[in-house]
Amino acid sequence: MEEEQNVNKNSRRQFLKQGLIAGAGVAAGAGLLTAFVDKSIAETGEKVKVLTTNGEIMEVDKAQLVLPRVTREESHKGIPGRKFVMVIDLGKCKNARKCVEACQRGHHMPKSQEFMKVYLLQDSEKTSPYWFPKPCFHCDNPLCVSVCPVGATFKRSDGIVLIDNERCIGCKFCMTGCPYSTRVFAWKHYKEFDEDKEPYSPEASSPGKEGTVSKCDFCPDLIRVGKIPYCASACPMGVIYFGDVDEDTVTNGVETYQFSELIRDRAGYRYLEVLGTRPCVYYLPPVDRQFPVDRGFNDLAPEIKDRYKETPYVQKNKP
Amino acid sequence: MENEQRSPLREFAPQLERTSIQGYAWIVFLLGVIGVGFYAFLTQVIDGHEVTGMRDNVVWGVYIVNFIFFMGVSYAGALISGTLHLFHTAWRKPIIRMAELITIIALLIGPCFILLCIGRLDKLYYLVIFGRIQSPITWDVIAISTDIFGCLIFLYLTMLRDLAALRDYEILQLPKWRKKLYKVLALGYTGTPEQQFRLNRATNIMAAMVISIAIIVYSVLAWIFSVTLQPGWHSTIFGPYFVIAAVYSGSAVLIIAMWIFRKVYHLENYITQKHFVAVGIIMLVLAAFFGYFTFSDYLTKWYGSEKNDELLIQLLFKEFYWPFIISNYIGVLLPLLVVGIAKFRTITNITLTAIVVVIALWLNRYLIVVPTLQSPYLPIQDSRPEWFHYSATWVEWSLTAAGVAIFCLLFTIASKFIPVVPVSGLVEETKKEDVLI
Repeated sequence: MEEEQNVNKNSRRQFLKQGLIAGAGVAAGAGLLTAFVDKSIAETGEKVKVLTTNGEIMEVDKAQLVLPRVTREESHKGIPGRKFVMVIDLGKCKNARKCVEACQRGHHMPKSQEFMKVYLLQDSEKTSPYWFPKPCFHCDNPLCVSVCPVGATFKRSDGIVLIDNERCIGCKFCMTGCPYSTRVFAWKHYKEFDEDKEPYSPEASSPGKEGTVSKCDFCPDLIRVGKIPYCASACPMGVIYFGDVDEDTVTNGVETYQFSELIRDRAGYRYLEVLGTRPCVYYLPPVDRQFPVDRGFNDLAPEIKDRYKETPYVQKNKP
Repeated sequence: MENEQRSPLREFAPQLERTSIQGYAWIVFLLGVIGVGFYAFLTQVIDGHEVTGMRDNVVWGVYIVNFIFFMGVSYAGALISGTLHLFHTAWRKPIIRMAELITIIALLIGPCFILLCIGRLDKLYYLVIFGRIQSPITWDVIAISTDIFGCLIFLYLTMLRDLAALRDYEILQLPKWRKKLYKVLALGYTGTPEQQFRLNRATNIMAAMVISIAIIVYSVLAWIFSVTLQPGWHSTIFGPYFVIAAVYSGSAVLIIAMWIFRKVYHLENYITQKHFVAVGIIMLVLAAFFGYFTFSDYLTKWYGSEKNDELLIQLLFKEFYWPFIISNYIGVLLPLLVVGIAKFRTITNITLTAIVVVIALWLNRYLIVVPTLQSPYLPIQDSRPEWFHYSATWVEWSLTAAGVAIFCLLFTIASKFIPVVPVSGLVEETKKEDVLI
């Protein structure tokens, strides 16, 4: 038992000795792929049948099934026949920050880097403030991709914009090119990078590398095994929906909606449409709030609370 | 005739032959500053870019400011000497070499600052092997390398007559290798009519080339900013604005160089008040243009008061109040007053004005780069409070000082190798002027 814990500590992922060949439907469109079982992930009870490389049929928990990361070359191609989209319901966000934390853990990032940020926005003095979770918008007209001098950041057929940190030279032009301040830079080698023992893949955005740029990747490594991104599954309020435009479905893991209906009925919009970047992330306006905006300050660490001290809302309500 | 041609060279011989104690002290001082810069560079390489003041919002800081600044200074030669050469301005001869040296030295230092900003220097060659033509950085790489070659050729062509004179001036007390070097570099130029004709033609062509390449380089540099959507950068005026600001700073640095070399090498006979006033007037005209462009840029932003432009202007007048006043008010008005009013036009006044202009233009670039990055579309939030405001660290300042020191050092070395005033040209010029009178 103790030995097993040690193994967990060392590699986080405990691999079965023999590989598995994942069953159909798990890795949609991927055909036959060698997969592994990760016992460190909590079981969901949903079982799938898979074929081991020894030819035996085995039943494993769906959540624990892990596909090895795709190579750098493969990660340029995109998942065939898909076009991903995210919908964020601003009426439900209370700055619980579970999305931020799950994302940091999932991508082996230090606490000083976030792919997902939560803003406290207020469009004008008389309008109501609201919490605004902001991932990468995976724009269909991405300026970051245009300005990259070496092709380290690229747009895939499934709509995802990724960064290859093996190619990135760290000029940071994409960071100034992005009008949404989405990208982060590794200002030094963070110890969290070393936690990830698997080979680097742009689809996992991990392990990070000093002197290169990274950002929210829509978690294509999770999509390949039928999961939704870390942020979407971690949110206790179900704020973040993830899905496919062509299938016209989005889900937060609990509820599933028809994307076009959701956008039509709830007046979904894209942030700063005027800039012409054509984002793949849609917002539902902050109406029918489930929480007063001040609830977002509850249970925040003082360090996190400090981050909002210069916002007009906090300035105005200073005691 | 031959003796006549050699006479100015005799006067310049001491600066080529030996270095005074003060000269050595100066060189040691510069090496010291460069040493500190080198230590800062090592610190940055070992500890990562975290040792700088740059963070995820302000991703470009003093390094990029210095890059734009030095590239701007390099305009002194490209545009000023190129234009003066093409128009055969009579008074250009004594100062034209300084202008060309400023160009090439600044052009070598400028790009080093952009390298300091690059996260992975080990992969720099990717710019060549994986270069994408869509990226303005690729345009920059092509433009700057073309510019360096163009300016080197131009400088070489204008030095050729002097190199030949140095080769022929046998009583010069120099080590053998240097005499040999002059001989090789002079390419067998003896001043035959055929050679003169060809040299003049080549120089004219290169002067025109250098002017156009320089305009392209600086416009491309401006486009790195203006192709983005950031408030304050996304401006159509940036190309010409950067070009004018660049020539403006070049003219000011030229005046400072003229003053220093006039004092150090006692060139009072060659560089006179006439030259200071002439370059001063160029600086005045450029100040007017620069002021006009600055005004146009900020007027349209302020008048329309789009939300993000308004926030940027608020920031400029709050956090950056004094730099803004110095760069965009004093930096424009001072040359207009000092050079514009005849009785103020002394050598000292013009030089002091030039110093103010250089500082103002450095600040101008700082105000272009930093405040915009501090006021993006999405306000800076959910980020460590100490990341909201940029302030450069000792690493960045040491490397900035090292950049200036390398500039001075290379200039000093160049002046030991070739007279800072083109000697062979002077004689021809004097004769021509005599005929005219």
